[in-house]
Amino acid sequence: MSDERLYSVSIEVNGTLREAQVPARLTLVDFLRDTLRLTGTHAGCEHGICGACSVLLDGEPVRSCIMYAVQADGRKLTTIEGLAQPDGSPGALQDAFCEAHATQCGYCTPGMVIAAHALLEANPAPAEQEIREAIGGNLCRCTGYQQIVDAIKLAADRGSKGGL
Amino acid sequence: MSATGQSGFRYIGKKRRTKEDPRFVTGRGRFVADIALPGMKHVALVTSPHAAARIKAIRTDKALALSGVQYVLTGAELCAGTEALLPGVDAPKVTRYPLAHGVVRYAGEWVAAVVADTRALAEDAAEKIEIDYEATEYVLDPEKSIAPGAPLVHPAHGSNVLYRRKFVWGPVEEDFARAEHKLALRVRWGRSATVPIETFGIAAQWDPGQQLLDVWASIQMPKYPDQIARALRLPGNAVRVHFDVDVGGSYGVKRGIKHTVLVGYLAKKLGMPVRLIEDRLENMRGGDMHGPDRIFDLQLAFDSDGTIRSLKIRALDDVGAYAGRSPLQLGKPVGAIVGPYQIHSVEYEPISVMTNKTAQEAVRGFGQSPTNYALESGIDAVARHLGMDRIALRKKNFIRKDQFPYLIPSGTSYDSGDYHAVLDKALAAADYPALVAARDAARKAGRLAGIGISSCLEPSGGNSSFEPLFNPKNETTTWMDSCLVRIDLSGAITGVMNTSSSGQGHETLVATVLGEVLERDPDTIRVVHADSLNALPSNSPVGSRMAIMLGGAAAGAARKIKATLLAIAAHNLHKDVAELEYHEGSVSVKGEPGQTLSWAQLVEIAHRKFHQMPPGLEPGLQAKFVWEVPTGGGLPTADGRIQMYPCFSFEAHVVLVEIDPETGQPKLARYACGHDCGVMISPDIVHGMTFGGIAHGIGAALYEKFAYSDNGQLESQSFMDYLIPSALEVPALTIADHCTPSPHTTFGQKGSGEAGYLGAPAAIACAVNDALAPLGASIAELPMTPLQIWTRMQLARAGN
Amino acid sequence: MVPMKAAPFEYARPETLSEACSLLAEHGPDAKLIAGGQSLVPMMAMRLARPAWLIDIARLAELQHLTAPAEGHADEVFVVGAGVRQCVMERDARACANLPLLAKALRWVGHVQTRNRGTIGGSIAHGDTSAEIALTACVLDAMLELRDTAGVTEISAREFFLAPMVTAILPEQCLAEIRFPVWRSADKNIQRGCAFEEVSVRHGDFALVSACAQLELDADGRCLRAELGLGGAAPTPLALPEVGAQLVGAKLDEQAISAAAAAAVELADPEGDLHASADYRRHLARVLVERVLRAAQQDARSKVGT
Repeated sequence: MSDERLYSVSIEVNGTLREAQVPARLTLVDFLRDTLRLTGTHAGCEHGICGACSVLLDGEPVRSCIMYAVQADGRKLTTIEGLAQPDGSPGALQDAFCEAHATQCGYCTPGMVIAAHALLEANPAPAEQEIREAIGGNLCRCTGYQQIVDAIKLAADRGSKGGL
Repeated sequence: MSATGQSGFRYIGKKRRTKEDPRFVTGRGRFVADIALPGMKHVALVTSPHAAARIKAIRTDKALALSGVQYVLTGAELCAGTEALLPGVDAPKVTRYPLAHGVVRYAGEWVAAVVADTRALAEDAAEKIEIDYEATEYVLDPEKSIAPGAPLVHPAHGSNVLYRRKFVWGPVEEDFARAEHKLALRVRWGRSATVPIETFGIAAQWDPGQQLLDVWASIQMPKYPDQIARALRLPGNAVRVHFDVDVGGSYGVKRGIKHTVLVGYLAKKLGMPVRLIEDRLENMRGGDMHGPDRIFDLQLAFDSDGTIRSLKIRALDDVGAYAGRSPLQLGKPVGAIVGPYQIHSVEYEPISVMTNKTAQEAVRGFGQSPTNYALESGIDAVARHLGMDRIALRKKNFIRKDQFPYLIPSGTSYDSGDYHAVLDKALAAADYPALVAARDAARKAGRLAGIGISSCLEPSGGNSSFEPLFNPKNETTTWMDSCLVRIDLSGAITGVMNTSSSGQGHETLVATVLGEVLERDPDTIRVVHADSLNALPSNSPVGSRMAIMLGGAAAGAARKIKATLLAIAAHNLHKDVAELEYHEGSVSVKGEPGQTLSWAQLVEIAHRKFHQMPPGLEPGLQAKFVWEVPTGGGLPTADGRIQMYPCFSFEAHVVLVEIDPETGQPKLARYACGHDCGVMISPDIVHGMTFGGIAHGIGAALYEKFAYSDNGQLESQSFMDYLIPSALEVPALTIADHCTPSPHTTFGQKGSGEAGYLGAPAAIACAVNDALAPLGASIAELPMTPLQIWTRMQLARAGN
Repeated sequence: MVPMKAAPFEYARPETLSEACSLLAEHGPDAKLIAGGQSLVPMMAMRLARPAWLIDIARLAELQHLTAPAEGHADEVFVVGAGVRQCVMERDARACANLPLLAKALRWVGHVQTRNRGTIGGSIAHGDTSAEIALTACVLDAMLELRDTAGVTEISAREFFLAPMVTAILPEQCLAEIRFPVWRSADKNIQRGCAFEEVSVRHGDFALVSACAQLELDADGRCLRAELGLGGAAPTPLALPEVGAQLVGAKLDEQAISAAAAAAVELADPEGDLHASADYRRHLARVLVERVLRAAQQDARSKVGT
């Protein structure tokens, strides 16, 4: 391996404190995926456009591909895995995505769910345009967004805010 | 088969949750980048900065000196150690290997591969590889490329033309001579592609003890394992491709042969697991993922009443620097060359030409969407020429529902359809009178607004008849698919499919079909993806084929199981099968409900009680079914007529676009699509793919283009410049379903994997032109970007 | 090749601004500040930027202030710490009330995820000609406070931007705060309005051209004060005070608006690229200046009686 300097990071991920030694250039998405093996967060473009890598940083959606793990030291993260029920089955928002068939290949889905979760936390009854703006930074190639918008409306109608 | 359409089924056509969604929404899909093999090494690529150059020297010592670097592979070694990749047409001198050797033919072509402990280290080392190039002449314009004296992309081939033939089907010249009117037009389909959000990836591991290469890949490619083995000079049974990898979108493009040969070679050579996950820029530039890039010259011959008599199409397709399967994308449209129209004769001249650009790969529809765009542009031109309503013109020329099966001049018979009804449904869904009122009101208020209509076919049931058509040395006449069904001792059902999926919901498809035939709850049925050494034959989910082919194979296997259960029951109840009835897995004597053997009893007999088995039946309970494409099996005639695909889905799009008269920005204000793919097995899945196809078509029509600079550099290689529509560009979409069952398929289903994309670009282009018409402006090139639209508006205004 | 993983670098997260300045002084041009990183990290991924040191100032408390001017003072400044995230600014009622133009500009900045990380100062320091916040700072004639180990330097936003991605900031300096002038007065007859518009191919993309304007009108609708500017229409964000001055004293009828737009285009100097030719950008500049002047006037009039 190389002689690159390592930095200690301590990050609360889905309620569990995770500590690791990482090179400064390790992005947050690579940290989640390769170091912690939380592979639900996906890298789609690695330059901050597609939104597939979205995670919640202290409750706010951010793109984990344009953030280094060292920048998240001491912060709290929620990933797509953290929005499921403790037994791994879908949480309320995730269930709405299933009901509306808001996913096809599943690659953008984690980022979409994260963006939708943040929207519904801030705005439990969003209008369609607000939904589209909230997921406007998340590209999907399968769905044409229609069933994703439907799923978020459904989740809002059910009064659910994702997770538990 | 149900002649009454969508009704009469137990599970088919019902709103049901899919089997795949729960793992995807919780982040528990298993994509290739999620696979971590112990000790796995990572590849970074060194690519050509030149559109064309000779490689004079490659120095790797500085890269190899970095710690963590395992190996640097160059073209010389790889070309010596592997077979050239197969071209799709008969062009043996257009040789290709995963790494360039001696010559580079496009900017971005792979020249060397670095293997290191991490991808970041591999990139550090890749920067240190020094390559001396001597730039050579290149050609970027397909029209210049076929002109005499053009620089040759592959000098050994002797020409830049990969494939060219003029097909004449029917009395074209006579029909042109007889027609009252003729017109000619040129339209251009810009270079775009499917651009899945997951790039291509592959991980491979060589086991020297077993002499076996294990491959996990993000793949959608017919005969992929065979091609890998051949190129790596391994027996077919020394390559095991794991099809249980979730593929993060493909829509045709994820072929990955060159990636896999490269990584497979490295894994075997180094004795270490190796992976290559394309980054986005690599994927856009060097990963073989550009789509059709076509200039269409059309001529139409028609009468004053709107009757279209004949059609000539010349299609010049710029396939980039290598062959692959790309020329065949000009071949598939032969099977729907007249669209939904009664056109008596056709001349078609496909020309596949090479340039110094990234190579072309399959894109959703395999060349059909560009052809549909050209044809629909021609129909609109006829309407304008005659001053005839576009809808009336279409309806006048549509094949009528009582004319099916309908044989088109190029030799394909369309199975069924009701184009008039579907177009009417689309118009109703769009509230066409209101749409016209909205357009006219916008125009009165000084804005630009236009309505677009398209009516297009989706050939489905994916066959490969274009292979023998375009390459007489290739006599492939089957494109079968298969399913294996097992009932275990507990009575649980497992369906085995034989390829990977990239979002089409095949597990749901198989479970629904098995549930339908066996009358068992699909939620209790598991569906798994075999690896290639366990798999029955499959040709992968290309060509809108899986509802038909995998669905048909699953039904065939399930019917065999059902027949076995009935035979066991007949033997044990001492009755003829004709005297028995099957209900939800149990078998009873008709009229004697007490005389029943339950599912559990029948399964137990099959698995444990050979003494109760009828003579001649195998114990255990499993069945396989391998299905040839219905209507398939034929070779083309000498004049190039062939039954291409078996089934023909139909879609009619109606769209209202508004264009900012000052900035040229288009906005889709209303979008409706009428869609007929026969019996829908899973309506949510069909609708989802159709919505997605429309969004993809919106991208091709308005936003997406792989643009090249004059010196052959790809200018749109990041997501900042290659513009995929977001939820803010794609409007709310409405689909109106119609069901005309196919007579060729198990349940009357047709394909829908390419739906939406096949008609959206045509409709949007039509709408933009309708909006520009009051200015006297028009545009005949996709994508219709704000810059393009504004430029046309300026030209028209200057002309006024 | 085009890399996607950053070249190696060292990372420091100082506790104070002064410590950050010391690190900058120590490492000079090899160091780069990072706050939200929404522009820098992609550039580092492609190795278009390869600092040897990355100094993280995102958490410095000294850069997080939002200070409204005291009531009753005319033309005071609203002070924004450079590290204030765009989403915080967006949600801050006082900031939006005092700086309505910036509030409108922020709606055009990227997407939710980028505004959650991106900072006000970071966007300015990045020096992109099409950046909405930078344009707003120029148009409002904000003052930027730059800090280094030697102390404080002030520079007008209008003098800060030198060329595409090139600003007047020195390698050892840190942008610490931005002082946006607040337009207000005790005179209730003065109507104030502003507007921000842009054209991009997709929502949230870099603007092909952006324009904004802020106006004061008297009760008769006569222009008392006007500032406007263009983004993406020159190598740097372009404030157009001379065009604003031309409007003062005039009624903003179509003729005045059209003349102002023509004057603005004269001062524009756009480049062409893949998505927009220089001619198209010039045309968009004219259209957008007209639109923001109309919309700002409309905005001002809509406040009559409030």
